[in-house]
Amino acid sequence: MIRAIAILLGYQLAGEVTARALGLSLPGPVLGFAALFLTFLVWPPLHAMLANTARGLLAHLSLLFVPAGVGIVRHISSLGDQSVAVLVAIVASTALAIAAGATVFALVDRVTRR
Amino acid sequence: MTDFADIWSYLAQGPLLWLTTTLIAYLFGAWLQKLSGTKPWVNSVLIAVALLAGVLVLTGTTYETYFEGAQFVHFMLGPATVALAIPLYDNRALIRASALPMLAALVTGSLVAILSALAIARGLGVSGDVLISLAPKSATAPVALGVAEAIGGSPTLTAVLVILTGITGAVIASPILNLLRIRDDRARGFALGTASHGIGTARAFQESQTSGAFSGVAMGLNAILTALIAPVIIRLFI
Repeated sequence: MIRAIAILLGYQLAGEVTARALGLSLPGPVLGFAALFLTFLVWPPLHAMLANTARGLLAHLSLLFVPAGVGIVRHISSLGDQSVAVLVAIVASTALAIAAGATVFALVDRVTRR
Repeated sequence: MTDFADIWSYLAQGPLLWLTTTLIAYLFGAWLQKLSGTKPWVNSVLIAVALLAGVLVLTGTTYETYFEGAQFVHFMLGPATVALAIPLYDNRALIRASALPMLAALVTGSLVAILSALAIARGLGVSGDVLISLAPKSATAPVALGVAEAIGGSPTLTAVLVILTGITGAVIASPILNLLRIRDDRARGFALGTASHGIGTARAFQESQTSGAFSGVAMGLNAILTALIAPVIIRLFI
């Protein structure tokens, strides 16, 4: 498990260094994610080494968003009378984006399968 | 015997108290969610955030003090994002076979998320940096913050809007997709990850491993697309 965590952190670190060095606007963990996937394609045994730890970590992915979410206490007042409008915009746009994305996926899948 | 106030002031200094409280609040939320039969509207993140926010307000604790403890949990977001490569690799054959529908759904979902949020908010009278901060809300938090900063929004406000968007997607996705009769796990997961980043992905994993893998891919791709198109689109609204 420690070895798996060290490897995951190592890819994140490499991602952070690359993003900073090249001045990319992408976050380090996203680059690390892409690099790890490419490594699996080149050297599959690494996948088996990480599989159990990664699944354990991803099983509780929701937990990891809690601290950032609690940040709401600090900002709720700064939104003031715009908070209802912002909330309506978030709920409506998220619903529209999910409906549109899934519908387009299903349609294009049906067309390209023929 | 030591006074309760003394014990409190000792605990309030270190990270132990708020780290433990965060885990307990989440376990309670996850327990309620399980008790409900993983109903999407009983969301463990929402319950934990509401509980913790209540406790912070009641005890007069600042977010900065809270975060000193909670940062250890927050930190794990980095390695967890890297770990998304594992389900991606597990589902590589399925993903390779779905390249075209993924590309179409990514562009549609990303554009609809940004354009409709800005149009609705502006229609309801939102303006200035609050409007700008709304543009990258569907991207994963670190990308959204970078985009907000680059286009003149408020990164801290964007962080809150990103989490709200994630919770919203996790709560409403299943009912909407069921209503639309979309049963393909690939389509469900991909749309959820595009609109609601990591919190949507966490919800997608509750539906199935395939759904979660497609959601994780969508999150990564939309992070890139949002960083490219949000700065262009915001110019149409300000």
